[in-house]
Amino acid sequence: MTATRTPRATPAAPAPAVKDAPGAEDGLLRRLRPATVPVAVLLVLALLPYSALDIPVLLDGPVNSPGSLQLFALCLVFGALALGYDLMFGRTGLLSFGHALYIAGGSYGTQLAMTELGLGLLPAALLTLLLGALAAFVLGAVSLRTLALGSVGFAMVTLAFAQAGSIYVERNPGGLTGGEEGLPLYVDGVPDALVGVQNTVNVYWLALAYLVLVAGVVWTVTARPAGRVWQAIRDNEQRVAVLGRSPFAHKLGAFVLASSLAVLGGVLHLLVTAGATPHTSTPEFTLTLLVMVVLGGSGTRWGPVVGGVLFTYLDQRLGGWDLGVEPMLILGSLFVLAVYLAPGGITALGRRRNA
Amino acid sequence: MDTLVLLTLTGLGLGALYFLIASGLALIFGLMDVLNFAHGAFLTVSVYAAWRTAETVGGMPGLLLAAVVGTLTGLLLAAVVELVLIRRLYGRVKEQILVTVGLSLAVPALVQTVWGADARPFPVPDALSGTVGVLGARVPVNRFLLIAVALLVLAGIHLFLSRTRYGLIVRAGVEDRAMVTALGIDVTRAFTLVFALGGALAGLAGVLGGLYFGSLSPHQGTSLLVFAFVVVIIGGLVPITSVALSALTVGLVQQYANYYAGGYGDLAVVVLLAAVVLSRPAAGTGSPLTRLRRALTTPRTRSAGGTA
Amino acid sequence: MTAPPILRVEGLDVDIAGSRILTGVTFDVPASGVTALLGRNGVGKTTTIRAVLGLLPDGGRVTAGRVTFAGDDITHEPTHRTVRRGIGYAPEDRGVFAGLTVAENLALAERPGHEHRYDLVHDLFPELAARRDQRAGTLSGGQQQMVALARTLLNDNTLVVVDEPTKGLAPRVVTEAAEVLERAAERVPLLLVEQNLAVVRRLARSAVVLDAGRVVHTGDARDLLADTARTTALLGVGSRPDHGAA
Repeated sequence: MTATRTPRATPAAPAPAVKDAPGAEDGLLRRLRPATVPVAVLLVLALLPYSALDIPVLLDGPVNSPGSLQLFALCLVFGALALGYDLMFGRTGLLSFGHALYIAGGSYGTQLAMTELGLGLLPAALLTLLLGALAAFVLGAVSLRTLALGSVGFAMVTLAFAQAGSIYVERNPGGLTGGEEGLPLYVDGVPDALVGVQNTVNVYWLALAYLVLVAGVVWTVTARPAGRVWQAIRDNEQRVAVLGRSPFAHKLGAFVLASSLAVLGGVLHLLVTAGATPHTSTPEFTLTLLVMVVLGGSGTRWGPVVGGVLFTYLDQRLGGWDLGVEPMLILGSLFVLAVYLAPGGITALGRRRNA
Repeated sequence: MDTLVLLTLTGLGLGALYFLIASGLALIFGLMDVLNFAHGAFLTVSVYAAWRTAETVGGMPGLLLAAVVGTLTGLLLAAVVELVLIRRLYGRVKEQILVTVGLSLAVPALVQTVWGADARPFPVPDALSGTVGVLGARVPVNRFLLIAVALLVLAGIHLFLSRTRYGLIVRAGVEDRAMVTALGIDVTRAFTLVFALGGALAGLAGVLGGLYFGSLSPHQGTSLLVFAFVVVIIGGLVPITSVALSALTVGLVQQYANYYAGGYGDLAVVVLLAAVVLSRPAAGTGSPLTRLRRALTTPRTRSAGGTA
Repeated sequence: MTAPPILRVEGLDVDIAGSRILTGVTFDVPASGVTALLGRNGVGKTTTIRAVLGLLPDGGRVTAGRVTFAGDDITHEPTHRTVRRGIGYAPEDRGVFAGLTVAENLALAERPGHEHRYDLVHDLFPELAARRDQRAGTLSGGQQQMVALARTLLNDNTLVVVDEPTKGLAPRVVTEAAEVLERAAERVPLLLVEQNLAVVRRLARSAVVLDAGRVVHTGDARDLLADTARTTALLGVGSRPDHGAA
């Protein structure tokens, strides 16, 4: 059993089912049970760089080689991004086609804050996060106003905003965004510990920390009352309004939270790929997030993470193998198949087999 | 003045292109509730088919044949997609949309695999590559072609909707699909028809887009699709003239802003969208009557966002 | 000698979004006359109609039971096929297409391969002939109801199902509607959901009463309405005299 496969191999069933466990265990143990799977996964992932395991075909080098670690780091970042996206899609029922705007915003914003404003990585990232959250608040409020067309209107408006951003990036005003080429990471602004091939492991751990942060935030908030309202909005918005909760405020909250997490994801993406690329601002980028989420199983704890990790891995590896075919052709076709064969996502398949 | 004329006619030409794409989208979404992301893919495949045809045959006849081939390609591709992929998911709108998303990712990748990612020049016959003098401005001929075709299509769609039985079914189905079945009509046939019609229009748009931009690339369809979506939001789904007006507006705004506002035409369109959405949140539901009826029968708690 | 019932519902269970709405609903609609489906608000009358016609909303399913029309099982048949067997339907919200003209609304109801009885329609609804090019959305409630009813009579249907035709109509219009229904009932059996008991008394031969998703009474309509105590218990209202059905 390969170490890298563990996050998917562990069945998703135990974590959510725990709440019904009858009182055979005492209070403390019962409260700790939901934490066992995530903690185990975290431990494995944290210890990964210490393994010199060599997996032919699946990996180009041993597990702790910079190449492999960078691949894992990217997978973790996308797993987290997908999880953040699912906060809107799977939990609140908001279909956004403009998530890429905030990811690219985080990526380009941090880079430019370092080069143009002379800030270090951390202040640059925080500034970008602040501006991104603000933008999410304003744009989200506008997007959610498309009442009459319903969720479709919201989806289209978010798409339009993201497309504007994408075009802006490619236009390369004043040479700022580097146009089609993108921007190479401005290493002078980045702490030495995160620069250079030998420090890939640190970037990996940072990516892991990001995943932990996102998972912690998303899993905690969805268990809170706000999360219940989100679920209710997803299932029956009218009832929520009648019960006196404001659907608008809650939807906006979900949007701002998810977008802010995405901005951070953009910062991570900048570090892991050592650059900002215009691809992260395109509508296709958001669509791939949607694919990851649906593929893994939306509305579940692990589904989006699994989907993000798996999709990213396949995308990277298929591209690297020089099959003469664009990876997206295979992935897109697989996705279409999955819609028919596995509508609840991969994690749903796993659960059914366990039942 | 001549700049204004050039800008206006270019904007109208662009609007015509948007209309061709948006009209198909509006019909499909109005009748089936399906957000057809694959629409851009239909366009892309069609323009490549047209390009091959035009290159092979050459000249004006080549272009005419290419237009036919492009339209037919779009039509057939859409019909096949509907029959094989979409129909199977009848009643499951979310899955139908996801399938179109998958197609929107896979198909351009297929095109890219076969013909590469780079943009290629579209073979424009000499007759259409010149300019015409209008009020002192030199206007490329293809703008007029686009406008003419769009007008014809608008008339054609209008006739189809108002004079044919299937057009009647589509109009009724956009309003109340369930009731149409309750009158004994099999709506799924209308679905295939509308999907195929949308595909044909996308194919035609692809060919004309190739003429307009002078080039084609695997992701051209997707970027045009976004603007088509904006057109539909601003203009609504019905009546079809509303889609046409909205398309014109978007095209003109984009051109004027590109020239007068430092090249930010695309941003201007987004600002326009935001303005429309904020000022008339009820815009885009359909005919004023439907909007009114919906507004009157919706419980008041729904308008938590506030209406203008 | 009695003809077999045109519609037979047996042991129908219906779930909507996981909630059981109908349980064991069983009744017959005879091949002539008016059968009234009665009950207070929310008992499941419209759900029953929808289940019969295959028009349950998303998340609605027939989980048990059977519906037979003229001897054929139509329980899980798609709506358009069921309707083509010869059923006319006028729903609760009239289902008139607002953006289409009156003539277009009627034309849509034409079933290919059958004769269309425009003469009957114009005879019963003279106003509609005058308004044939008017947008149906601009018609009054009563006029829209006429369109809905006209559509059911355009084809030579063997059953007409009407859901609350007099709802929201002024008393004079209620009378007109009742007259039309009476004349229609001379040619084709009617399954009528109706809360206006005066109309029911005028039209109905048999009655089926629902309560909380179950059938609680079937029998002769006039007998039921004559029994005030029973009527009040089952329907929550006394049979008020002549509420617009003179």
